[in-house]
Amino acid sequence: MTVMKSETKSITREKAKWMYEKMCEIRQFEDKVHEIFSKGVLPGFVHLYAGEEAVAVGICAHLDEKDYITSTHRGHGHCIAKGCDLNGMMAEIYGKATGLCKGKGGSMHIADVEKGMLGANGIVGGGFPLAVGAALTAKLKKTGAVAVCFFGDGANNHGTFHEGINLAAIWKLPVIFVAENNGYGEATPFEYASSCKNIADRAAAYNIPGEIVDGKDVVAVYEAAGRAIIRARNGEGPTLIECKTYRNYGHFEGDAQKYKTAEEKEKHAKELDAISKFRNYVLSKQLVTEKELEEIEGKVIEAVKNAVEFAEQSPFPQAEDLLKDVYVSYE
Amino acid sequence: MTRKISFSQAINEAMKLAMRKDENVILLGEDVAGGAAVDHLQDDEAWGGVMGVTKGLVQEFGRDRVLDTPIAEAGYIGASVTAAATGLRPIAELMFNDFIGSCLDEVMNQAAKLRYMFGGKAKVPLTIRTMHGAGFRAAAQHSQSLYALFTHIPGLKVVVPSTPADAKGLLLSSIFDDDPVIFFEDKTLYNMKGEVEEGFYTIPIGKADIKRKGSDLTIVAIGKQVHTALKAADMLVEKGLETEVIDPRSLSPLDEDTILSSVAKTGRLIVIDEANPRCSVATDISALVADKGFDYLDAPIKMITAPHCPVPFTPVLEDLYLPTPEKVLHAVAEMIGDESFVAV
Repeated sequence: MTVMKSETKSITREKAKWMYEKMCEIRQFEDKVHEIFSKGVLPGFVHLYAGEEAVAVGICAHLDEKDYITSTHRGHGHCIAKGCDLNGMMAEIYGKATGLCKGKGGSMHIADVEKGMLGANGIVGGGFPLAVGAALTAKLKKTGAVAVCFFGDGANNHGTFHEGINLAAIWKLPVIFVAENNGYGEATPFEYASSCKNIADRAAAYNIPGEIVDGKDVVAVYEAAGRAIIRARNGEGPTLIECKTYRNYGHFEGDAQKYKTAEEKEKHAKELDAISKFRNYVLSKQLVTEKELEEIEGKVIEAVKNAVEFAEQSPFPQAEDLLKDVYVSYE
Repeated sequence: MTRKISFSQAINEAMKLAMRKDENVILLGEDVAGGAAVDHLQDDEAWGGVMGVTKGLVQEFGRDRVLDTPIAEAGYIGASVTAAATGLRPIAELMFNDFIGSCLDEVMNQAAKLRYMFGGKAKVPLTIRTMHGAGFRAAAQHSQSLYALFTHIPGLKVVVPSTPADAKGLLLSSIFDDDPVIFFEDKTLYNMKGEVEEGFYTIPIGKADIKRKGSDLTIVAIGKQVHTALKAADMLVEKGLETEVIDPRSLSPLDEDTILSSVAKTGRLIVIDEANPRCSVATDISALVADKGFDYLDAPIKMITAPHCPVPFTPVLEDLYLPTPEKVLHAVAEMIGDESFVAV
């Protein structure tokens, strides 16, 4: 099995602009949450996606609102890539009534079912069967939708990995299982926790394709996802894509990350940074101009700033909201 | 028009009617059809569940809607949650409620909490049918009654029917309910027959049924234990006591009003629950009456439950495990302070 490098000019100019914008939005959003969290403004705890942008964006670039994704505790990036509203997301993280989940879910449960975003998930490995269920609906109702299951390297040792992928494989469901291997499950290195060398190697056990991709290369992710989605939409069943990536921040905010080396952090922040890499790519291919990229960067900064203002100015839920939405009906 | 059919047939009929009414209703679980992809097997030879409760459904609805799953509860129960949230109305069969250990996360953290966590922007119209109950000589891992576990979790509804007619009407309500419902079927009731209306009807979830009227004593009994209560009530008539037997039918929501009104009338309460006693539905109903109906009580509340032990295999011990009408009579004797009461 080889690491797939980007090989074609499959990305249109419009797509390239969208991808660059979404990657910048994720980075800007997460850097801002990092900053706000350190001031003690936010309740609870947050897990940031910065560094892994190429994965969510490269995959979601193929999806529309009828397609589904399941996410993880590190879900902000998936939300943004799937088109969730930044204001609603930020307000949710603040616990405000205007949040996407009216402040009831928070960072770990942000969802927008109408956009096919079936929720960040506080349970590691929780997403496998959930993606399978959404794909089952797609298959039985013949909607043509696919379901993407984003999961971390930590989840690849969970029992639901086996049950979910096996079920999707025997029923030939339109699922793309996307491993975001950032090298650490919490503070434990992937190599220690997993008996396999690569997560994608495990695909062989389910008789489905397994592909390893440079998760810092959004073009490579986009191309691998394209192949998997064609398979899925053609009724050929699931694919397992492993994206080798890295998280720039800790497992959660406040994690001192002593298990990382200074060298690897530096290397990933600079030399291997996915956004810089894609920026250079689109310029070298003359897909987008420098001026256009700068416009996008300015727009993103503004959008995230507005999201923070929106969240800060929004009201908290009322006491009577405590008991709302436990059930549709309960008499 | 009613006719006599079994508890098992009533449940089968409910699923058949639901699947005819709405093409989004699917059934999935281990061998709910049986023998998937076995070329020589005719559909009428398929198991239809380990107890035959789902027999015949695959013939009418096909294998796209009656799905045999691997023995992988986390996988297919979890899939049922989002299948429900994205437009289907699945009936998932968890063969024995004791297997919940393999998929509790999918029920407790996903099915139950999705709607609340998403600020009301999702619904999970999922019914999980599951067998419970001792007395089948099925030993510790296939016999427990775990409805209290689910009653504890907000976001789930819990239904425990005791008769074929209730089972049919309540299952139809469960399937067409927009919240996740855990529907308990006592495996020792499957062959019990009773009068059941033909055609489609529903019984509201959250409404208790007074199975027998009485003025001297209230017995609240769950599932199969309703029949223990009714036998005890017959025996108590000979002792000059008229017993009111209340079947809550659903434990979440619980029809508190019917229970409290009855105790207000009789002044005495016995709860029969074959589950283990700690943190049980029996303690919950007792606490309800102690809290909101203390002034009605003329005697301490009595609970007749299984002991705090797993279900034993050997018939000699399993028979000791379960509540009996005799245990009810002993409780009444203690209640009224007359030991001679139980002397034969």
